[in-house]
Amino acid sequence: MTQGNGRCIVLGIGNPDRGDDGAGRAVAGRLRGTLPEGVFLAEVDGEATDLVALLESADTAYLVDACVSGAPAGTVHRIDLGSAPLPPGTFGLSTHGLGIAEAVELARALGPLPARCVVYAIEGALFETGAPLSPAVEKAVEEVAGRLRAELTEFTSKEKETARA
Amino acid sequence: MTRKTIKVDYLARVEGEGALKVVVEGGRVKRAQLSIFEPPRFFEAFLRGRSFAEAPDVTARICGICPVAYQMSAVHAMEDALGVSVTGPLRDLRRLLYCGEWIESHTLHIYMLHAPDFLGYDGAIDMARDHGDAVRRGLDLKKTGNQIVGLVGGREIHPINVRVGGFYRVPTRRELDPLAERLKRARELALETVRWVAGLEFPDRERDYTFVALRHPDEYPFSEGHIASNRGLDIPNAAYDDHFEETHVERSTALHSRLRDGGAYLVGPLARYALNFDRLSPLAREAAQEAGLGPVCTNPYQSIVVRAVEVLYACDEALRIIGGYQQPDRPAVPVEPRAGTGHGATEAPRGLLYHRYRLEKDGAIADARIVPPTSQNQASIEDDLANYIEGFLDLPDEALRHRCEQTVRNYDPCISCATHFLRLEIERG
Repeated sequence: MTQGNGRCIVLGIGNPDRGDDGAGRAVAGRLRGTLPEGVFLAEVDGEATDLVALLESADTAYLVDACVSGAPAGTVHRIDLGSAPLPPGTFGLSTHGLGIAEAVELARALGPLPARCVVYAIEGALFETGAPLSPAVEKAVEEVAGRLRAELTEFTSKEKETARA
Repeated sequence: MTRKTIKVDYLARVEGEGALKVVVEGGRVKRAQLSIFEPPRFFEAFLRGRSFAEAPDVTARICGICPVAYQMSAVHAMEDALGVSVTGPLRDLRRLLYCGEWIESHTLHIYMLHAPDFLGYDGAIDMARDHGDAVRRGLDLKKTGNQIVGLVGGREIHPINVRVGGFYRVPTRRELDPLAERLKRARELALETVRWVAGLEFPDRERDYTFVALRHPDEYPFSEGHIASNRGLDIPNAAYDDHFEETHVERSTALHSRLRDGGAYLVGPLARYALNFDRLSPLAREAAQEAGLGPVCTNPYQSIVVRAVEVLYACDEALRIIGGYQQPDRPAVPVEPRAGTGHGATEAPRGLLYHRYRLEKDGAIADARIVPPTSQNQASIEDDLANYIEGFLDLPDEALRHRCEQTVRNYDPCISCATHFLRLEIERG
């Protein structure tokens, strides 16, 4: 466990070859090169054991993924995992039914989650192999990238102030 | 006469969707049925008309947890059809890639899916609260498997570096060295895993199974060997259809496999181990003996121990391969299309995976046949339930239902693979 190091990670999760499932990684693509210095940005496929290791490595984590909750396509959900678990069955399942909801709860069971752990979930509509993002999701990707950039900038500048004080 | 049905409408901790129904009448199990209702995926039809070269990448998509097995059975079948032989370091690299998949897949099953059954938890998350060190060990070990598949296969999920004739790119000696360091640690973790699972409590149940697995003259089998059984079967891959048949049963979207002359049979770790104990590395053999296993294990609940022994073997074998690795001059041998039929059988983590392809003279696939291990094990799973559950009927419903699920999970069934193919339902009285 390497928490306590002040590390901040942003993970774009999903499969870019499966239509709207690529939303999280598309957000990561938009953020590349635009985030405050020291923020670790990665695109991952959502394999649970890797996610657990990444969550254990950070004090601050933002996860971006596609979801299906029944809301209109492109709806953006912001879930603070400090106060609630991810609703099961809303996110894509990885091998053997271990998806990001399970990875988050496994990380929580093994040790503390990052002090700040936030999921941005974009409601998807089409998950066909080889399909592009649907237009509503494309728009949501821009929105989430903007919100995350603002949130991270505010958060990291606050952190710096705290460090100076 | 009282009658009771125990149902599991949706089997958890298995790959894919299936259900279970056990009917008990007058204290006897009357019927045990595994239903697989995941929609069939028509991969075999999808392959027709495509180039032989696409088979490894297309079939890798059948399964997220054993894509390497699909790639290996596909390339071996294609190379058989095209008269190509892959030897030396390229063959070794294929074994190394397969080691990675066994480590990943078995470790996931041992720690995340099966161990909670023995320790009385609903799943790995609950288990992690009390057995954090064990779960961490599992995650660490699995990561080594992921790294092998990532390096040799090109990426960790749905590897893309395998082709008919070899690979698109081969690793350098330098790239493999850090992996060897990691594997030394993984081998220690694997040894700890064998000891950990050996200490679990196992129901005392044994059956006289017909085991079917590859057997190779001097290797624990991954991709080559004869198809053999403990009842004297010893055939080349090409004779598979002469000895095995698949039939449709109404409750399942997966086909049931049977031996033409002998009914149900079992593939997977127990079968491989029983037929190849003498081919394990000395370290793996000693660990098996220390764990209380003889050269044959007929208690399916102990399959978790056999899987752990196979993980240890895979770490050992991967280290052996890396230690002797000389980077080949070229990543693949040349392949020319021609008409023909090829057969490939390799040992997926869950057992024998058979592919057969017929090719046109331009290399287009005219006909494809894929028989995954879980299809082959369906009859054995049902026979286990019918035979073992009677001894557990005094358990309360919830515990009995759990015991049924555990019995199915002994096989690490991959239902997604089997559908071309769980809910538990127990009727009893």
